[in-house]
Order: sequence, then structure tokens, then C-alpha cells
Amino acid sequence: MINLENPKKFRALVNQAHQVAANVFRPISRKYDRSEHDYPVELDMLAAIMDGMNDGTTGEGAGAGKLKQDTKVKEGNQNGTNMSTVLSLAELCWGDVGLSLTLPRQGLGNAAIAAVADDEQFERFGGKWAAMAITEPGFGSDSAAVRTTAVKDGDEYIINGEKIYVTSGERADCVVVWASVDRSLGRAAIKSFIVEKGTPGMEVVRLEKKLGIKASDTAAITFTDCRIPASNLLGDPEVNVEKGFAGVMQTFDNTRPVVAAMAIGVAKASLDRTREILKSLKFSADYRTPYKMASQLEAKLYRYEAEWESARLLTLKAAWMADNGMPNSKEASMAKAKAGRTANEITLGCVEMLGTLGYGEDELLEKWSRDSKILDIFEGTQQIQQLIVARRLLGKSSAELK
Amino acid sequence: MAKDIQGVGLGIASRFAGSEFAKKYGLRRPAEKLAYASTKKGFEVIGQMMAKKSDKKGDEVMMLPEPSTAGMFDLTLSEEQQMIKDTVRAYAEDVVRGLAHDANEAMDLPETYLQDIMELGLNFFSVPESLGGAAQSYSPTTSAIIAEELAWGDFSLAYATLAPVAVANAIVKWGTDEQKEKYLPNYLKDNPFKAAIAVQESGALFDPAKLTAKAKKTKAGFRISGVKTMVPFGGSADMYLVAARYKRRNRLFLVPGDAPGVSFEAAPMMGLRACALGTLTLDKVPLTKDALLGDDSFNFETFMDLGQLHWCSLALGACQAALDYLIPYVNEREAFGEPISHRQAVAFMVADIGIELEAMRLMVWRAAALAEAGKPFHREAYLAQLLVAEKAMKIGTDTVQLLGGHGFTKEHPAERWYRDLRVLACVNGGMHL
Repeated sequence: MINLENPKKFRALVNQAHQVAANVFRPISRKYDRSEHDYPVELDMLAAIMDGMNDGTTGEGAGAGKLKQDTKVKEGNQNGTNMSTVLSLAELCWGDVGLSLTLPRQGLGNAAIAAVADDEQFERFGGKWAAMAITEPGFGSDSAAVRTTAVKDGDEYIINGEKIYVTSGERADCVVVWASVDRSLGRAAIKSFIVEKGTPGMEVVRLEKKLGIKASDTAAITFTDCRIPASNLLGDPEVNVEKGFAGVMQTFDNTRPVVAAMAIGVAKASLDRTREILKSLKFSADYRTPYKMASQLEAKLYRYEAEWESARLLTLKAAWMADNGMPNSKEASMAKAKAGRTANEITLGCVEMLGTLGYGEDELLEKWSRDSKILDIFEGTQQIQQLIVARRLLGKSSAELK
Repeated sequence: MAKDIQGVGLGIASRFAGSEFAKKYGLRRPAEKLAYASTKKGFEVIGQMMAKKSDKKGDEVMMLPEPSTAGMFDLTLSEEQQMIKDTVRAYAEDVVRGLAHDANEAMDLPETYLQDIMELGLNFFSVPESLGGAAQSYSPTTSAIIAEELAWGDFSLAYATLAPVAVANAIVKWGTDEQKEKYLPNYLKDNPFKAAIAVQESGALFDPAKLTAKAKKTKAGFRISGVKTMVPFGGSADMYLVAARYKRRNRLFLVPGDAPGVSFEAAPMMGLRACALGTLTLDKVPLTKDALLGDDSFNFETFMDLGQLHWCSLALGACQAALDYLIPYVNEREAFGEPISHRQAVAFMVADIGIELEAMRLMVWRAAALAEAGKPFHREAYLAQLLVAEKAMKIGTDTVQLLGGHGFTKEHPAERWYRDLRVLACVNGGMHL
């Protein structure tokens, strides 16, 4: 039975997220945009509430720590954690993307732990705030080029290397670090390791100053002979050249729709506010004017709404597939590509539509247009998503279609 | 004919026999018999068997029921929808695609086309069970799937095939019981019933809300005058469903093709050439009292919105066909020592076609599902239409581009998709009501 409306059972959850966005995030949005690197203390209390919310009444819950490709397929159609996470995060990002990114215990590392940790690891780290450290000064999208090393020494691994662009790298309790256990074996040897904050040899050396999402800290971290327990390795310790990279990359199938949802949220904020302002100027757009006869402003609004709706539906589809145990790598990338570019176009376009009002700091529109840019970059750039989609459609390997 | 029609019929019957659907309705044995006997009848027979199986009687089924949703997000096709989708796609692939090139050149339907395609039983599925048909519920999503799959074969032939179905759907949804009983049995006869909707009027700024065609009440019924453009079937239609102003509202009138004062002149357009398009002139055409479709509850906006979704669904089929065609092309075509698909400039265009096509499909399905649930869907249909108008043309032009000089010639279907897809931005599109 085809139905593309938001599931009824998540209405309460989505409403809660909206209340947080409107009443907690929005009032402090500008404050933390101006004072980059200040810790938003308001979020500690919120995080506690969120933990309760996620584990509580709605059953499956939501959030980065719950994301998982559902492999145990239940009978019939499922709307589960991937869907609820996507829906609630879009609402939170309607409030503020930067603040959503720095919500305690909702880091990307938490998604990785949820996806691959064994029971013992989940027991130790499930309740902690985990950041994700992949990028290095020498590479960005080409994750296989990891230079950070992890050398086994008895019951420990010794980690050496430098990681940059670690979201929540300073604030999180631990960091999931991608490192190679044997650089001669290529991408198959890349494993992820949990490094707890305060481990000797791990040092936050710098916080980035950025275009947007300033409420979220972005850290550069060095690892110098940093020793961690061998049991902190996530997933299979064996290097399997056949299976290769797939294991570590799998996390992205679950997190890309989430980033797409963030883009959906911020674009909606811009659209809603723009409509509100235009309405106060007696401008209406009620879908009754033949498209070709609409004013440029009206037509632009319609087009943005159409693009936004289609990006939103692609995102829901990717999440729905994950909830129903369907491989969704292509659809996750489709959603991320479409939502990333669409959100950026819409948020910039809304500033343009409203002229100097949109450009000024009295409104949040200019901020949203700065925040949205990162959503078309992190978790795989627009171009990386296009590559993934193209390879899937064309049946090409990464060696053929570079 | 591209393939043996009997073979196609057998394929359809065996697919049906293997389905859960057949099992559910206790039709597997009869379906097996059908597969043995094979043939010319296909779906029509299945439909009749189903109709006989049904115990439902009386008027409650004259209006098709609106199915309820469980309130869950769901993209799973029902068993019935999956079967219909597979069957229609198989027919599009085995028969329709092979006819498309010549029909476009001939600017007419192949002689026996409408007769042959009756074995798909689409006519049967447009008539409620109570009137002898096989339709069980009002389903814009199923209509969208049928239109897409048929248009995968050819946009133009699909439009012609479904023109009578669109008229039947309007009669089922809005017609009075008398109108249903009078007109719908035409769809169950052995020969194809040719009916077409005539809404479009000529002129650069045509607005469906400001129709120039007008109807007046007379002693005997009505008198209608006006000029309609982009009407299919080259003047041979049995009936037209004509939109006209009446009592300061937009209404639909059932006009017999041979009524006095009806004339037709061929007026070919850039695409849709197999439909034998032309201009329909109605010069003081006298109509009987039962010619006005439905009563005051008739909603022109909903009628137009459903029409938009139909156009959009046809576009989805042509765009999917384009993507399916160009993937092997760019993988096989070599330049500078390797397949051109190994270049990002090419690969990224393919990726974007895939992304935008799926985005369009979800927009169309969402609006259709809302309509199916009896909920408001005007906004969703409006947004779907404007998105599809833009993205489908982009896919059309990119497909020709990726095929290069080959795409520009009639050796490949790309130039036909290009011409057909241009229509999306030219029909209707929102209105002041």
C-alpha cells in the first residue's frame, strides 16, 4: 500500500523535536553563531531529556546511537529507527544545524558504534559521546588513503597520525579513529578504533574557525604513540582483502540519509521564514496561479518547495529501506546528493529573494545559508555521492569509474 | 508486429498463475487452463473470472471505495499492483517499443493496435465489478504505475491507449448512475471504444480556468461550442469528454464523435505523433440531457490534477526508458580507448538522471496516494507537475546529448523521447479557480 506521508506513530516524537528546535535552539542560535568555540551549556540538560526521549515512550527510539541496518527482517512493512531519526533530526536542524551536531551522545561515532560494536563494546561505549575521525591533512574524500597507523603490541594498539575536521572532537568522550593496521595492504587494512578522551598521546591541537555551524566544534587531533586496549577495535580485527573496505564504509549507508535530513531541516527553516515574511507583505503563493503566469518570486517559491519535497521523499525512502533491511547504498547517496545541493540552493535563494533583509544579521536566513554549505560536503561531497550513484547505475567498479 | 501476440498472452497468463493474487482469489486452476488454452484473451478472461467470483451486488460498488492506509510510510506495491506492473511492462517491452518508430513516422496508430492491446484488459480494469468490469477500488497509484510502464514502451502509444481509460475513470468517479450504465458497458465489448478528453485550447497563455468553449442549456439538453486542441485519434473517436464553461463553472460534457456540428482537422505537433493529434471544433453541437457529467459535486480542479498526474506518470516511463537505454550505450561506446562512462562528465550526468527520476517518481506517487486516500492533493499535484516538467525535459535533452550525433538521428529513440517530453511543460499547469 503506497503511502508517502510521515508515519503517524512518530508524530509525538517529531513534535517533541520541533519543540526543542523552536524553544531551545532558536533562542540561542545567534548567540553561539557569534561566539564560536563556546560550549553551549544549555545542551547538557537537553541531552538528558533527549536520552529519556529516545529510550522512552516511542519504543524503537531515535538518534545516532540507534542507527542500524535492520538485518532481522520482520513480517510486513516497517517504520523504525532510521525513519524516526531522520524525521526528528530534520526537525532539530530546522532549529539549528550547529547545535544539533553538538548534541551530546548524538555523534557520528555513536552511529559507527551502533552499527558495528559487539555487545561488550556496546556495554562500555554505548552511553558515551563518540566523535568520528576520518579526514587527515593529506586526504578528504579518498578515505582509502589513510596514513594514520595502528600497530598491534600485545593487548594494545599503538596509534600514530593526525586527524582533522573531527566534529565534536573536543567535546566528545571518545573518538572513533580510522587507522591502517598495515599500509601495504591498502584499504582492506583500514580499521576503526575507539580512543577515549584523556588517553596519553592523544591531543586536541586546534579548533577550526568556520563559515557556518559555528556552535559545533571542529577539532584537529594528533595521536603520538597513543596506546589503547586491543578490545577497542571495532569489527573484525582480521585483514580480509576479499571483503576489503565494505565493512567500514557500511556506516555511511545509515548516516547519509541522516545528513540529508539535516539539509531538509535547514532548508525548511529558510522556506518557512521566507514565506512568513512575504505573507506579512501581502504576498501569497497558494498554488492557484498557473506556473508560467506566476511572478518570479512566486514561481521561485514553488520551485524550491517542489525541489525540497522531492529531496525529503528521497531521504525518507533511503531510511525506509534501511528499516526494512534492504541494501540502500545507492538510495542513501541519491538522498544525500539531492538534499545537499537542494538545501544549499534554497537557503542561498531565500537570502536572495529577501534582499538586504535576508543578508542582514537581524534574521537567521543568512546564517542558514552559511550552515547549509557543509551539508553538501561532509559525509561525502556532492561529487562523491554522484560517483557512488553512477557506479551503481552503470555497474562500474571504483577502479573503472574513478 | 514485433513479437508473436500469442506468446505475449501466454507470458501474461503464466505470470498471473504464479502470483499470490491468483491463489488468493482461487483463480490458479482456471488461470492454468487459460495458459494451456492460451491466449488471445489474456487478462480480459482473468478479469471476467474475477468479476464472476465477486459476490458484491448492488449500488454500493458503483462508486469505487477508497482504501485506507495504515498510517505507515510504505513504498511496497500490493500484490495486484506488482502483477499489473510486470504484465504491462512485459507488453510494453515485447510489443509497444517495437511499434513506436513506425507509428511516429506514420503519424497514426498501427491499424490493429487498439484492438490488440485489449488483451491487456486495461479497459476491463476501468469498469467497476458491479457493471461487469474488474475494478475493485479507486486507485490513482495503480493508474500511475500502468501509465509509467506503458510509456516505457512509447509515450505516444501509451497516451493513445490510456485516453479512453481516462474518460472511463472520470465517468466512474463523477458520473451519475445512469451515465455509468449507459457509457461504461462500451468498454466491455469486443471492439475498442475510442474516447478522449478534450480540454486544451489553443493560445499561448491558455488557462484551464478560463475556458472559451461554452455550453448552454436548451429544451432538449445542451448546446456546446468551442475549439479544442491536441485531441487524439485523428477524428475517429467514438466519444469526447469536453471541458466547457457552463453556468459560470467548468464542467465536462460527453459528446458523441458523430454528433452534428463536430468536425476534426489534423494538427500535428512536435511529439505525440502516433496519437494523430488534431483540432476538434464544436459548432453549436446539440447534446441530450444526460451529456453533462455528474452533478454539482463535480470538481474541475481535482479532475485537472488527476490529469496532471497522468501526464507526469507517462513522463516517468519515458525517462526510465531513456535511462535504461543510455546505460548500455555509454558503457559500450568507446572514446580515447575506454568506455565513455568511465569519464565523470558522462557518469555524473547519468547519476543525476537517476537521482532526479527517482525524485520525480516519489513526488508523483505521493500525490497519487493522497488522492487514493481521499485526501487533498492539489498542492502535491501542482508541485509534482512543475518538477516533472523541468526535470523530464532535462533528462530528454541529456539523453540525446549523451548519445551525441546518434541521439540526433531516428536510428535511436532518444530524439522521440526528447520531442514527447517537451509536452509536459505545455499542458495545463495550475489555474485560478
